[in-house]
Amino acid sequence: MTGARATGGHPAAAAEFVANEPRARWHDQALWFVRDKRDRAASLVPDWERLRDAAAAIRAHSRGRLADLLEEFEAKAVACGAKVHWAADAAEHNAIVHRLLSERGVRRVVKSKSMLTEECGLNEYLGARGIEVVDTDLGERIVQLAGEPPSHIIFPAIHKKREEIGALFHEKLGTAEGLADPKALTEAARGHLRERFLAAEAGITGVNFAVAETGGVVVCTNEGNADMGTSLPRLHIACMGVEKIVPRLEHLAVLLRLLARSATGQPITTYTSHFQGPMEGGELHVVIVDNGRSALLADPSVRGALACIRCGACMNTCPVFRRSGGYSYGWVVPGPIGSILASARDPAAHATLPFASTLCGSCDAICPVKIDLHGELLVQRRTLAARGLVSPGKRLGMRLVAFVLAHRALYEAAGRLLRLALRRLPRSLLYGPWNVWGRRRELPAPPEESFRETWRRTRGARG
Amino acid sequence: MDSRRRILDALRAASPPAPRAPDLSGVGVRWDDPVKKLSEMVLAVAGRLVRVPDAAALPAAVAALASEVGAAQVASAVEGVPGTVDLSRAKDAHALEGLGLAVLPGAFAVAENGAVWVRGETFRPRGAFVIAEHLALVVPASEVVHDLHEAYRRIVLDGAGFGTFIAGPSKTADIEQALVIGAHGARSCTLFLVG
Repeated sequence: MTGARATGGHPAAAAEFVANEPRARWHDQALWFVRDKRDRAASLVPDWERLRDAAAAIRAHSRGRLADLLEEFEAKAVACGAKVHWAADAAEHNAIVHRLLSERGVRRVVKSKSMLTEECGLNEYLGARGIEVVDTDLGERIVQLAGEPPSHIIFPAIHKKREEIGALFHEKLGTAEGLADPKALTEAARGHLRERFLAAEAGITGVNFAVAETGGVVVCTNEGNADMGTSLPRLHIACMGVEKIVPRLEHLAVLLRLLARSATGQPITTYTSHFQGPMEGGELHVVIVDNGRSALLADPSVRGALACIRCGACMNTCPVFRRSGGYSYGWVVPGPIGSILASARDPAAHATLPFASTLCGSCDAICPVKIDLHGELLVQRRTLAARGLVSPGKRLGMRLVAFVLAHRALYEAAGRLLRLALRRLPRSLLYGPWNVWGRRRELPAPPEESFRETWRRTRGARG
Repeated sequence: MDSRRRILDALRAASPPAPRAPDLSGVGVRWDDPVKKLSEMVLAVAGRLVRVPDAAALPAAVAALASEVGAAQVASAVEGVPGTVDLSRAKDAHALEGLGLAVLPGAFAVAENGAVWVRGETFRPRGAFVIAEHLALVVPASEVVHDLHEAYRRIVLDGAGFGTFIAGPSKTADIEQALVIGAHGARSCTLFLVG
């Protein structure tokens, strides 16, 4: 992982990203385009807000019954002929998948998108043991060929321009030099990946939802890569976090109506496949993974984040994500939801992420399951401060501001002083190295008088 | 202690009290003309909808589609629609590589999103719907539901099996958000609405 895990955290990684201004602007607009499509899709659904309320209630209900629901799911899945495995952490998950593959002599695996396997580092683990894993989602294949992690959970290669993908395909897939047409590049990837599908001995998928009532797992894709990867090889391994469970099909209906519209503005993904046991002559293994989720569930301030259905809408709308890019977060899930999950999991390693937000609340307004994203980010900030994980400069600054805000006379005097300073001081002083805010922005023109002064002059005069 | 026990115990210890599951009577949409809405949504998901007056007219409609998309090999799991390839004889999905057109029965179509519910037990091998270069789904015109809620009230998934909603052809927008049809699966998806 690049980016925020390095010592400078999110601000340093974001500074690198915004240094290329045209590119940062392009990235911003690309994501806003997706956000706009989501808005149009949502506006066509008359019961949209009631759906969001229902989804939030379904997730709150499920959260309180995860263990019961998982047991019900397991019994039904086994009755359908699937095998169910339980992994307490990433290491156990990887070991289980590796054992399933190596026991069957599998060397070639195709995988559809799964943030969980990214979180667990499965590709590297299997690669080191001589098993080739080919990511088959086009965006994921692009970043895999480039040797990079995904920069967005829905659009893994959204940070790449078509010319760069063309150059990458020229080098790795032998396409014509200078080819940059998305249609032609996709066609090349189709041919390349179809060979891999036909030769694969196992298919690994993530799980969008698991249904306790039926024992089935549901996988959504637009490309059909999960369906290719599970109908050609005989072995299908589906990896899911414990929070993916929904009680009944009627609840699945609510979440599916929200998922694709929130993610890409589509009314539904092209393929929404329900796997109940293996296909004819095949095997289905479901690996249920905790890896820190039960700890999140135990913490009232962050357990709401477990409701996430990984649509990515909070990233597309976030002014910080759009202008700093997915890599600046240094975690498998970036953006507002990723900042909560990462810092709750390991506050010291991700101490800057809860501050990578303006707390504008745009993410709360768009989240299909109504996670209180900005509220949880704020709680994470408090946790970091209480643990002494906030930088000395920020700590001192916050103390100073708190002190001034708590003392009225001092606050008014500081206001007068600042207005005077903004008018009189030379630019070199105002924009000295201490003015972090002003590095890329102009300070506002000072008003003639403060709000209090205006109030006293006008209302006060009226008596 | 094994991981299963450990995870379930940890989840039980961590779980907050569960509020009741919500009453879902307030969600759902009803369209004045579900078939009209369906035609709009099939277009929106880049699919195509063709009205066919009756089952007798279906073979000709399928043949016209096959010639239009240049499908030399056609496999059909729809009664009364002949194919050139016998799906039931295919050893497994690998044998379908190169198949031009698959014609499969859909149980019903969903007006709100243009999706068709395809039941795994109506055809084999399972991969037929995604490996074929082009796909045709056949649904009786009487079988159009308003929304996904109604859809899931009709779906029966007890015991082993497979089912999938298919909404239009395979697609991707992973290169600069440019929509490209035909990522891995079918390059076109035609819904024949019969009757």
